[in-house]
Amino acid sequence: MGKSETSNKDSGKSESKVIVVTSGKGGVGKTTTSAAIGAELAQRGYKTVVVDFDIGLRNLDLIMGCERRVIYDFVNLIHGDANLSQTLIKDKRCENLFILPASQTRDKDALTTEGVEKVLNELRQEFQFIVCDSPAGIERGALMALYFADEAVIVTNPEVSSVRDSDRIIGVLNSRSRKSEQNQEMKKHLLITRYMLNRVQKGEMLSIEDVQDILAIPLLGVIPESTAVLNASNNGVPVTLDNQSDAKKAYQHAVSELLGVKKDDSNQGWASKLLGGLRLFSRSPA
Amino acid sequence: MSIFTFLGLSNRKSAQTARERLQIVVSHQRMAEGGDVDFLPKLRNELLTVISKYVKIEKDQINVQLQRQGSCSILELNITLPTNPTKINDGLTEHTSEEKV
Repeated sequence: MGKSETSNKDSGKSESKVIVVTSGKGGVGKTTTSAAIGAELAQRGYKTVVVDFDIGLRNLDLIMGCERRVIYDFVNLIHGDANLSQTLIKDKRCENLFILPASQTRDKDALTTEGVEKVLNELRQEFQFIVCDSPAGIERGALMALYFADEAVIVTNPEVSSVRDSDRIIGVLNSRSRKSEQNQEMKKHLLITRYMLNRVQKGEMLSIEDVQDILAIPLLGVIPESTAVLNASNNGVPVTLDNQSDAKKAYQHAVSELLGVKKDDSNQGWASKLLGGLRLFSRSPA
Repeated sequence: MSIFTFLGLSNRKSAQTARERLQIVVSHQRMAEGGDVDFLPKLRNELLTVISKYVKIEKDQINVQLQRQGSCSILELNITLPTNPTKINDGLTEHTSEEKV
């Protein structure tokens, strides 16, 4: 079963990709990022579903503004209480965007490997991108969210505890994902969020290079600390569907990078563009 | 006070401290989860067996640590021997007598 499924996936790789958004640490912006990336992919014409793996503490529905439309959830789907079309919530703003809400059950074992695999396989038939919003920690929910992933976005704040936990989760991706069990490398992307250039310049915050040096995975993007993020979540609108803002622009860049658009542009290229050349000054005179 | 300012110690940037602390904690973390150091407990037990042949030693008197610094690793063995050296002789005589038999 596993083997035939893998070969199916390989033959249709361009058709469906499972991306886990993970971090280890809580509160760094996983759900904001899942919503923003999911919505941006959908806006670019890719049929996308964002899946909330945070069983017991669902929040993706709130961030995406569909909390009052939840009828069935992930666990209902696994148990067969509802089918896929009954469970998926179609976004009202964006044609290609769907949400699979988490359950509010307290049963931690509600997510079984077989159940998650079944649901993801069904989703692979319908969607080009499946964005898995991981819960914090390295417990069952987080492990389930990353196990079947093809690629991972590691969300990191330029702050010691977040960087340490990201390193931890990279270790977990390398040892406890299905790709690792098949001796395959999982593609990993670093997304730095809540970045404050002025504090970096003052030597008060880890720089992009510092975080990248320590974690040693390719940079997908840098999202600046922005008032737009809280505004967007207050209104239940993914940042990328909201009004123009620095954070929106940065997420759009990140999605281009994820899709491999503008391949000629190196990380340095867009990063310096994003930071408006001020980067030069971020190198301390030492 | 002024001498510290002169040496640049007082205005040490917190980001630099963060960076250094992270490098240490992350290297320890990778060691702990890395499969390449799986042999450490076994090595420790075998060392214990060998040393026990000669000296009476408790399990917690052997400390084995691997530290990674850049491209090289340092294996640190810390063995605390008992203060009374007569044990060593006892062990040796016992051992040789066994061999004679």
